[in-house]
Amino acid sequence: MTGSEYWMVWPANTAVSVLVVLLVAMAFLYAARKPVHHLIGSLGFLISGPLRIGARWLLAAANDMTQRNKAVLLAHGRQEVEQRIEREFERLGAMVTRDLQGYPALQRKLLDEITRVEEDYKKCGEVPPPPPEWVEAVTAMANVKSTGNEMVQKVLGEINRSVTSIHDKALADYRRAYETRHKILEGFMPFWRSLDKTMAQVDKKLTGLQSSTAAVDAHMEKFEQINAKTDKAEHALTVSAFTQFAIAFLVMAVASGGAFVNFKLIALPMSEMVGAGDYISSSLRTSEVAALVIIFVEASMGLFLMESLRITHLFPRIANLNEHMRHRMMWIALTLLVTLAGIEAALALMRDMLISDKQALLHSLATVQQAATDGWVARIPTAGQMLLGFILPFALAFIAIPLESLIYSTRTVGGVLLAGFVRTLAFVLRILGNLARRLSRVLINLYDVVIVLPLLIEHLVKAPRASAPGKSRRGADAEA
Amino acid sequence: MIKRLFLAALLLVGMAVAGCGDSRSHSNAVYMLVDTSGTYAQEAGKAQLIINYLLGTLTAGDSLMVARVTSRSFSEKDIIAKATFDSRPSQANAQKRAFKDQIDAYVKTVRGTAYTDITGGLIQGAQFLNETGAGTKTIIIFSDMQEELDKATVRNFPISLKNIRIIAVNVVKLKTDNIDPRRYLGRLDAWQKRVEGAGASEWRVINDLERLDAIFSKS
Repeated sequence: MTGSEYWMVWPANTAVSVLVVLLVAMAFLYAARKPVHHLIGSLGFLISGPLRIGARWLLAAANDMTQRNKAVLLAHGRQEVEQRIEREFERLGAMVTRDLQGYPALQRKLLDEITRVEEDYKKCGEVPPPPPEWVEAVTAMANVKSTGNEMVQKVLGEINRSVTSIHDKALADYRRAYETRHKILEGFMPFWRSLDKTMAQVDKKLTGLQSSTAAVDAHMEKFEQINAKTDKAEHALTVSAFTQFAIAFLVMAVASGGAFVNFKLIALPMSEMVGAGDYISSSLRTSEVAALVIIFVEASMGLFLMESLRITHLFPRIANLNEHMRHRMMWIALTLLVTLAGIEAALALMRDMLISDKQALLHSLATVQQAATDGWVARIPTAGQMLLGFILPFALAFIAIPLESLIYSTRTVGGVLLAGFVRTLAFVLRILGNLARRLSRVLINLYDVVIVLPLLIEHLVKAPRASAPGKSRRGADAEA
Repeated sequence: MIKRLFLAALLLVGMAVAGCGDSRSHSNAVYMLVDTSGTYAQEAGKAQLIINYLLGTLTAGDSLMVARVTSRSFSEKDIIAKATFDSRPSQANAQKRAFKDQIDAYVKTVRGTAYTDITGGLIQGAQFLNETGAGTKTIIIFSDMQEELDKATVRNFPISLKNIRIIAVNVVKLKTDNIDPRRYLGRLDAWQKRVEGAGASEWRVINDLERLDAIFSKS
């Protein structure tokens, strides 16, 4: 018998040996069925229990985080809307003061113009005097029948001539009167125009006022929603925070590009000041660190300038300073910024000089002669570098605005992402817990499959007992 | 309490300042040996090109020394020019100009010597380079690597070139090498074994002067 055949009951017959071993194993496994089932179930519970508890704890933590985020978000949103409403009211106040201050004068002007127009209108209403009473006499005379009397005809002829001349005169008077009225009406035009202009001005001012009040209404509605802590307000604020974050991030990326250009401008000339051979780390020169420090100092000065101008509100201590101190701080920051900008312009010039010197050296070392360049063309890069060196610090100063947005929006965005991550982790833990429980059940069933033969025998043995009359009756009673 | 806090802050600042800065040297030091023996003295123009390349490549804080290989090269008199460039780039450029002028003047008056003592030059170069304390130390040998010593000169003893890179440049083939190239290859192998045995960190041969950038590239 070889080492691998020690388990064979009949070494000559492998199949029988395997069968016997299987039967014996089954018998043992059947005997240990209940404890093994219990063990597998306990193991499943042992694994799934802590996982489920962990999932529940994480979920509770995520909910807590969400509540805290909501509170912070609403508080921040409330503060922002309050500030906006305040600004809108300030604008409204300024508008009302500006427009209504001139309103009495405007009204007086309007009244004057209306009075004048009325007077002129009345003048236009004057009709020419009615025909004299003798017209009736003439009518009576006209009714006199002509008898061919020469005397009568002569009198009538005289009367006709007189009447014709009077008629012409009356007609001329009438025309003159109309002409005068037309002139008066023509004189109306500038007043009408002025009236129209004044009314349009009033209309424009009132429309502006109306739109401002509409904006205030919208802000007030938002404020009320925030105060009521509605989901709509929270959602709107969250979306706004994400947008702010994206915009601020983009602007910061652009500003980083500017800072990099700035760094390149001053890194080389800084080696002239602090030396080119000193290293902070294996690849970081001291001159490069010095250049970075200058850029950071410029950004800090810009930050203080923005703070003292009350454009940003990152430092409450600066915001709470009295006006005198705030102005003083603003001037100090501005002076330092201008000084640093001047230094940067000088460094940019030095950089150009160093590069030119290096180029000249390389040309003198090389066999190829240096190509001649135009004087003023060669100065363009120098001037450009100096200009960049002077402008970039001021441009960097404005980093404070996107930085503030980024800081405030990162709180919300980070909070939302963290809560989402914790929720996902809780979900994964819950899934793993359930998986462990289900796996233990699968293993129990698998165990039963292995010992299917003894179980079948057990079933066959128990089945007749179960179908016995007494038992079935008891079963029927129980069912009833 | 405030006093303690102040002392703690002072200690922290002190530690930060002490910890700040990399104490290792990042500078380069190059010692160039120019062979002037026999007919090789005619190659001095090429040596000038290499020196110009080194002047254009080395930066502020680096060191450059040029010495000639003569019958007995272990002497300060054989140093043609040496300079440690100022940490200010503008000053370093001025030093480089002065260095170039010295080399130009030497090339005009170069004369051939009877023997070639490369080992003496290596010993002197190693001494100078170790004194600079530079992070990277390189000896450039501008020679055909055929050492010829007079009977009185003793150079057959172990030398130390620990942590020094040795670069042989413009190793021209001699007439005898053309007859049997194994002589040339054997000569280079012998030098490689010798310098590596002396502790050199690297051995390299550059014959193409268009590939001088390999002088400073790490293998």
